Parts: sequence; structure tokens; C-alpha cells
Amino acid sequence: MTSTRARDEGLYDYAHREPRLPAPENRGNDRLDIPIDTRLEMYEAQQLLRQFEKRAYDLFMQNLVKGTSHLSLGQEAIAAGFARAQREGDYTFATYRGHAHTLARGADPGAVLAELLGRENGILKGKGGSMHLTSVEHGMMGSYAIIGAHLTIANGAAWSAQMRGSGQVAVCFFGDGTTNIGAFHEALNMAAIWALPVVFVCENNLWMEYTPIDLITAVPNPAADRAGAYGLERIIVDGNDADAVYETAVRVIDRARRGDGPSLVEAHTYREQGHSRADPAKYRPPAEVEAWKARDPIPMYHERLLRLGVPEGDLSTIQQDVARRVDDATEFAKGGAHPGEEHLMSDVWADGGSAWRN
Amino acid sequence: MAQLTYRNAVAHGIAQEMRRDPNLVMLGEDIAGAGGVFKTTVGLLDEFGPDRVRDTPISEQAILGAAMGAAMTGVPVIAEIMFSDFIAVCFDLLANEIAKSRYMTAGQVSLPIVVRTANGGGSRFGAQHSQSVENWVMMIPGLKVVAPSTPLDVVGLMAASVRDPDPVVFLEHKSLMADKQDVPDGEIVDDLGVARVVREGSDCTIAALALMVPRALEAANRLEDQGISAEVIDVRSLVPLDTQTILGSVTKTSRLFTVEENPRLCGWGAEIASIVTDEVFWDLDGPVVRITTPHIPLPAAEALEDMAIPSVDLIAETITKRMG
Repeated sequence: MTSTRARDEGLYDYAHREPRLPAPENRGNDRLDIPIDTRLEMYEAQQLLRQFEKRAYDLFMQNLVKGTSHLSLGQEAIAAGFARAQREGDYTFATYRGHAHTLARGADPGAVLAELLGRENGILKGKGGSMHLTSVEHGMMGSYAIIGAHLTIANGAAWSAQMRGSGQVAVCFFGDGTTNIGAFHEALNMAAIWALPVVFVCENNLWMEYTPIDLITAVPNPAADRAGAYGLERIIVDGNDADAVYETAVRVIDRARRGDGPSLVEAHTYREQGHSRADPAKYRPPAEVEAWKARDPIPMYHERLLRLGVPEGDLSTIQQDVARRVDDATEFAKGGAHPGEEHLMSDVWADGGSAWRN
Repeated sequence: MAQLTYRNAVAHGIAQEMRRDPNLVMLGEDIAGAGGVFKTTVGLLDEFGPDRVRDTPISEQAILGAAMGAAMTGVPVIAEIMFSDFIAVCFDLLANEIAKSRYMTAGQVSLPIVVRTANGGGSRFGAQHSQSVENWVMMIPGLKVVAPSTPLDVVGLMAASVRDPDPVVFLEHKSLMADKQDVPDGEIVDDLGVARVVREGSDCTIAALALMVPRALEAANRLEDQGISAEVIDVRSLVPLDTQTILGSVTKTSRLFTVEENPRLCGWGAEIASIVTDEVFWDLDGPVVRITTPHIPLPAAEALEDMAIPSVDLIAETITKRMG
């Protein structure tokens, strides 16, 4: 079929497809046995991730953030829920859509924002950028921009923890598109045969980049439906509900820490914006966007906390505190110098330099 | 003093380092139970056990990913990629992840990894199991690359590679596996980034690597009979590259020939030729000449493969002609 004919027949007209709505499986609810302080921490974390990403977007529009960035707007509950379930010393591996995971593990928002602005006070001194955020001191072992590779690397960190008997668990986040690359399958097999303490988390936001994931994947749930191939449990969770994510995260992380091996979690969520900064995402069915906006994780969680008796004022205070932190982070980032030449040629080798000859 | 084959020297060098560092582990396909398809890891499973010597599935990405994740969390790793041709399967891990992560994270991540792999032709294995891929890895900033030509160098450079805090690609030549040499008892540790003058001469310099070193030496002996005194340098380490030894030799002899097993384009000799013409051009008495495998996939047939890879005849004839 020619591409013209395919277009005529609407094959690529994704905007007029049936909207894919949130799966009903494994949703959170008010009754989950999660302490209110834990819930407030996850609320604060989601507020930070949301406000940070919005600020990053604003700064991009002001031409202060260069290159590209992949925002986690709409997907904050997954990062917040898992990070809350992790212990200090546990490892996190993320993709190029990694701002949220880096912040959720406790990295300084100012240093992260400065990295996006390419400044010397950035968390990577401007050498990595948005797609490679890393904060080893927080267990955030990197953001990886080539699909699939970091699942195998997370295995290595888990293998190391297993050999050292440290009790650490590696949590590795990736998108739905990753489930169709070879490294995904190599990593799951190795994790399973070695019973590695690793948790793989597929953030299924329904869109590969510009293509609906269900059109290009052999099974409806790209990660969960493949878990059985590696002897793993089929786990789907509502990724827009921090409580549901947290409850699942605690269970699978405990399992890994006990030595009972890896898990593969598929969290259903939705990217509220395009794939990256360059993408206005007009290819999406409006009804789909609306349905998911109605399930925006942050207002939903806000309502739950009110139902559970948290005063509105307490939530407003959290929001305002976060807003101040994001403002401070912005000032810190904007105030950073552009990195000097000494950073260009450093850090290729362990001796700090880049010499390849004498 | 014990006589070791090149293949035994691999296990000897690894064992020396695994005894020294109880944290050092290794993984790869068929390395444990089978002792490696080239029998380069025989005995390691028995001495160090299955936790430190691990067989893996045929999953080159998972092998290098596991090596990287372990190394970045404090466990040094030796990873084997069975044939160097298979680096193409896991090039993302090597070129994009392992090589770049220290730089991208401004030094937050340290990657003490040795990627061992069987390299080179002469085994009649055809185009996908015979390649010399040193130029594939040499071109990536962030990787060190060594290729020993003797059993003693295998042991010493293995130790140096393991002890180096940066990722090192360690190329073991398939056609040198049976070569023998006396290796002293006790710990042997060499240095990366040091070339060796293996034969002194005054009329021209021949820079060679791995299997091309013994061929260059034999060619030099023939040239001697013709009145040409050739100095032979075993480059040993492509990154870091010991340019001073090469430049010093060329300054003395005024001619340079490189002998490379890799296909013609972008071979390591091209980089050396560039450095030499840039830095000691006025000391040269003639052009820098590269003797390489032609720019073709390697054929399987004995007769064809022998035509392709630089032979003693080709080296000697080329030098005679170009020195004339």
C-alpha cells in the first residue's frame, strides 16, 4: 500500500481513532492502608514534579532551556509512589524522560534546572543535559537516552547488590516503546535466571513517540502481557494514582529485597503533552486527552486527601512551599555561569582528563 | 618460569587479578563450565566458583549492561564477548553507555570494566567471525584499547587493564592462541599506553599490532638480507597511544610503514600516519605507507583469506618496493 493511499484510508489518522481510556485494573482508593504522612509526602513530591516540569517548559519557551526535554507532566504519580517506597541506597535508573525520577529521589531542583539551562552549577556541570540526569549520591544512577540499554544496566547494579549482600534494590523505569526492543527481553531473561533484586517499571503512556503503542505491539499490555514469558507475575497498576503505585511498589520492592527475584510492573498513565518539546501532540484523539485529563493524578490525589480529612489549607501550604522552592531553583539556575573550557576536556577518564596519547 | 601459550596466558592473567582482588568477577557466554570457546578461561570456575565466574545467555547487551551496572556500583568486572564481531550486537552499551557515562555525569560514575574479546582472522571463519575491529572501538572517546601479541604481554596487559579504573577493550587474537613463551613466576603487571620496540633498525620503522607483529618481525629479518634495517614497534595499546615511541623511531629511521589487519578505511595506522606527517614531516625521507587488509569483508576460503590479510611476503615486498 502506498503511503498516500494509507493516508487516504485513515490508517495514520490516529486523532480519529477510538480513544483508549484508563484501564480499570488495580486502581487506588481511599481505603488503602497508607499512613497520612506518607500520602502527604507523595502529594508534595507530585506537586514538586508538576511545578518543576511546568517551569522547565516556561524556561524553554523563554529560550533558556536549549535542546530537547521530555516532560513527565501527567506521569508524576509513578515517580512519587516508587520513590517513596524505595529506601536510601536503593538504585533508580530512568530514561531520557527522567526529570521526575531524579527529583523524586531527592536531587536538588536548582541543580537539576541548572543542568537543563546548561550551566556550570548544573548537576552534571552542563555536560549531560536533560536526557542524562544523574545523582549517584541519591541512588539515581542515571537517565539513559538509548531505548532499552538501561534495563541491562539496572540488572548489573542489582547483581552487584546481590553479590555484596547489601539488600539494595534497583528500580528501572522505561516507556511502553521500550518493550519492543531486544535489550528489554535480554534484560528480563537475565534478571529472572539470576533472581536479581530489580524492579522493572513500564510507564505505559499509550504513545510510543507519535504512534499508538497498541498498533505496533503484539499484545494489548506491552509489558504485563509479556511477563509470563519470563516466569514473572502479570502486574498492571493505575499509574495515575500514587497510592496504587505505592502499594504495588512496596510489594515488589520487598519481594526483591527478600531475594525472591525481579518483577515487571506496567503502570498505565498518560503523557499530558507531546513526546518532546518539539511535539504539539495534535495526533491524539481529543476525547482520549480529555478522559485522561479528568484523571490527572494531582487533582485526584488532592480530592482524596480532602476526603481523608486533610484541611485544604495544609495542601495549599504544601503547594506554596513547593512554588517557592521552584522559584528558588529558577533563580539558582539562571544565576549559574556558562561552563568554562576546563569542563570541556575533563572527566573522560578517571584521572579527570581526556588524554588519549602521550 | 613457565612456558605459557597465549590462550593459557589469558586465564593466567585473569587468575592473578582475581586472587589479588576478591571483588573482581567475570561473565560471558560459555566461559565457566566450558572454559571458553577458545579455552582461554579454563580452570577459573574451579578456582573462583560460579558466583565470580558466570555463564550467561547469548545476550551481549545484557552481558555488557550487567558489567556496567556492577562496575558503577563498586564491583569491577571482566566481560567476555565471544567473538569481536559480536561487538556490533552490543555496540550501544559499549559506544553510548560505557564509554560516555563518566563524561556525561561529570565524573559521578566510574567504570572499571575489561571487555575481552577474540579478534582477528586466519581461522577460515568467514566475514562474521574473523574481523579485526580495533578501529571500531578506537574511534569512541572513553574507551581504552589494547591488543597484546605475546603471552607475556597478555598477562601483563590483562593486569594493567583490570587495575585501570576506566573501561578497556582487550583484544585477544585468535591466530596467536597457540603461540608459546616463557613467562616469569610471580606477579606481572604491565602499563597501558606503552609501545615496545621489538626489533631495532635504522632504515625504516614498521608499526604493527597483534598478529601483525610476528609477521612484521619475520619481514624485517628478510629485509635485513636485502640490506634494509627495519625497526619494528609493537604498538600494543591503541588508546592510550604511545606516540612518543613511534615519533622517536620515525625521527631516527625517516620512514614509516604501518601493518594493519583491519580493513583499509579508518584503520589505526591512518591516525598514526596523520600524527607523524603532522609532527615530524620534515624528518621523513618518503611517504608514510599503510599495509592493510583490503577494504573488503573477509572471505572464508583459506586461499582467499591468506590473500586478504597482510602476509610476511606482502609486508616485505611492499617495503622493498617503497624503499627503493
